[in-house]
Amino acid sequence: MDQLTINDIDRIKEKWLAEQDKYKAMLMICAGTGCVSAGSMTLYDLFVKELKERGLKNEYLPVPTGCNGFCAKGPIIVIQPEGIFYQKVKEKDIPVIIEQHLKGGKPVESLLYKDTESGEAIPRMDDIGFFGKQMLIALRNRGVINPEAIESAIARNAYKAMGKALTQMSPEDIIKEIKASAIRGRGGGGFPAGIKWESCYEAAKKRNEKPYVVCNGDEGDPGAYMDRSIVEADPHSVIEGMAICARAIGAEKGYVYIRKEYPLALYRLHKAIEDARARRLLGKNIMDTEFTFDINIHQGAGAFVCGESTALMASMEGRVGEPRAKYIHNVEYGYRNKPTVLNNVETLANIPVIIEKGAKWFTSIGTGDVSQNPWNGSSGTKVFSLVGNIVNSGLVEVPMGITLREIIFDIGGGIPNGRKFKAVQTGGPSGGCIPESLLDMPVDFDKLTEAGSMMGSGGMIVMDDHTCMVDIARYFINFLKDESCGKCTPCREGLILLDELLGKIIEGKGEMKDLDIIKQICEAMETGSLCGLGQTAPYPVLSTFKYFREEYIDHIKNKKCPAGKCKALIEFSINDKCTGCAVCAKNCPNEAITGVPKETYSIDQNKCIKCGICEDVCKFEAVTVQ
Amino acid sequence: MSSGNCDVKAVKSIIKKWKNDREYVIEMMQNLQDDFRYVSRDALEVLSHQTGVPLADLYHIATFYKAFSLEPRGKHEIQVCTGTACHVKGAPRLIEAFERELSIKQGETTSDKLFSLEGVRCIGCCSMAPVITIDHDLYGEARPSQVPKLLKKYG
Repeated sequence: MDQLTINDIDRIKEKWLAEQDKYKAMLMICAGTGCVSAGSMTLYDLFVKELKERGLKNEYLPVPTGCNGFCAKGPIIVIQPEGIFYQKVKEKDIPVIIEQHLKGGKPVESLLYKDTESGEAIPRMDDIGFFGKQMLIALRNRGVINPEAIESAIARNAYKAMGKALTQMSPEDIIKEIKASAIRGRGGGGFPAGIKWESCYEAAKKRNEKPYVVCNGDEGDPGAYMDRSIVEADPHSVIEGMAICARAIGAEKGYVYIRKEYPLALYRLHKAIEDARARRLLGKNIMDTEFTFDINIHQGAGAFVCGESTALMASMEGRVGEPRAKYIHNVEYGYRNKPTVLNNVETLANIPVIIEKGAKWFTSIGTGDVSQNPWNGSSGTKVFSLVGNIVNSGLVEVPMGITLREIIFDIGGGIPNGRKFKAVQTGGPSGGCIPESLLDMPVDFDKLTEAGSMMGSGGMIVMDDHTCMVDIARYFINFLKDESCGKCTPCREGLILLDELLGKIIEGKGEMKDLDIIKQICEAMETGSLCGLGQTAPYPVLSTFKYFREEYIDHIKNKKCPAGKCKALIEFSINDKCTGCAVCAKNCPNEAITGVPKETYSIDQNKCIKCGICEDVCKFEAVTVQ
Repeated sequence: MSSGNCDVKAVKSIIKKWKNDREYVIEMMQNLQDDFRYVSRDALEVLSHQTGVPLADLYHIATFYKAFSLEPRGKHEIQVCTGTACHVKGAPRLIEAFERELSIKQGETTSDKLFSLEGVRCIGCCSMAPVITIDHDLYGEARPSQVPKLLKKYG
């Protein structure tokens, strides 16, 4: 194929759009991991078949897209250009959608989203609260392109910014623009990307070496999946972001480090790279310029610490992922000891839009005055995975500065099952739990840190009043205990001790003095650990100490778990709502439940193993946990 | 060099696929794990001999990363996601249910080599929490009471 120029990009776009125009409507079928597992690809096949059988295949086009974001409602289908949103679609619904909606012009009421308060059906996606307050930059192409068709991305302006960066901007111009945008690293640290690029550019120039661009897709924070979703929905945005970075710092090789736990993302990224090579958007003399760049993938093998920059590079070199001391900077001596820029998936997905629309536009979104100093605020948007005990669970992209309350209640629809909000956890295992009193806090890098948590990669796990905060603190410590690489003593030993002490409290054997010991260990780890994993590991404990101290005291002094979670401190019993249906007795794995049908059953405490199955199967809320 | 019972040809073809580049030794080991359900000493010896990476380093890798197992895993691999959202929505109870039904602990394989059980870190399907995967099938909003039925499907 001949070398593509920037004009060819426009031609591809026009040709693709003209082809799409032939169709009366497009059926955008979410094919993110969540919807695929709920059967969305079967729905796609069925649409293709049914449309063909009805002789409609030239009128309506089913398109598999990346994650729509509203994962709780999957499988999702959006009919475009009308924007009608169908949720929880089943195979039997396909002929109905075709007959009633596509042919008859009447949306299928039963599949529409229903307002959580009024119960009223909301046909158009844009009118649904979940989507209303969102602002899409990194997720700009979610649900509107086929991630496995490069033309479909090009039709939405993919590679246009790369063309601009190659033909109209010098490397210094690009760095200047990214610096002016004040974009801070979306992977957790919040380091300004422009400063990183500039340092790498200078180090490479000084030592006359070829630097590397590395994309961190080792999304390890439990409860966060925005990077997976971006790669699955719009892999070309990441490739383009990397290429622009490469052009700025003078790199010819780029690498993506991505988790093996994300098979669909891996597949789509491989395909996108191959398609970009075939279109000569990667390779030699890209867009008829001097610029040469290619990307390879390294597949992670399951180690949380590999999200740490130096551990990640060690892993890329085929070694175990152990971090090194931070006085050597990656921008100077990174991958293979060469100057390296490491950016996260979401950061890189933002880059093309900044180049296209300019830094001024980007800084008009967000908090603080970043015109002189990127550390003075947080520009742009952030993607959060809004999960846990929340009605509208899914991926949301919101402008920095939005309040937690707006995210959780306006977008997220609040807490399900009539329960109460208790805390929201951000920042993964390095973050903390934020209580109700801070819900009106604007969300940005610095505000979250002030509250004793952090931005992290954007996991936002909402917890209701049935969540035990001591258990949550123990959960994170246990997680990190398993994931600590063991190289430095404070982290390795500190986590083991914390796990033991918190375990003691959970089992009802805690003493008040344990709280002081825990605090001391936390302080030692914060100051003495080698890398971010150990330094921030105490935050889940310290934040719950700060905001939920009374819960620790309840466990220690009163031997009670107010949330009803800690096994040693709770008892299951059956209340008078019991109808005597015997479902619990049938499902009890230890035959601890007995009774006469149609009368109230009872649990033998000596036999009860507190597995919670009775509570799980009871339809009448007749099982009480005390 | 002893190559024992391992399929030397298969190991060599994996090494060839990655152009014998030692930077990709972790990927080679992932292929071994996928193909043989574990990384055997014999296979690691071949790998070490071919790539020049010391056997001790390969063992370091095999025991450091969660993807690898030094013992054969079961025919069906059950993974219970223990990410935060899954934890909050009941993953510990799911693990207990599997442990009870299979009479093994997490990290173990049943004596008939049919099932392996593992608690894994976030698999990024947090909106469907709690999530389990059995081989390549993903189940969202899983409940402990469904466990016996699920096992029957694969047993």
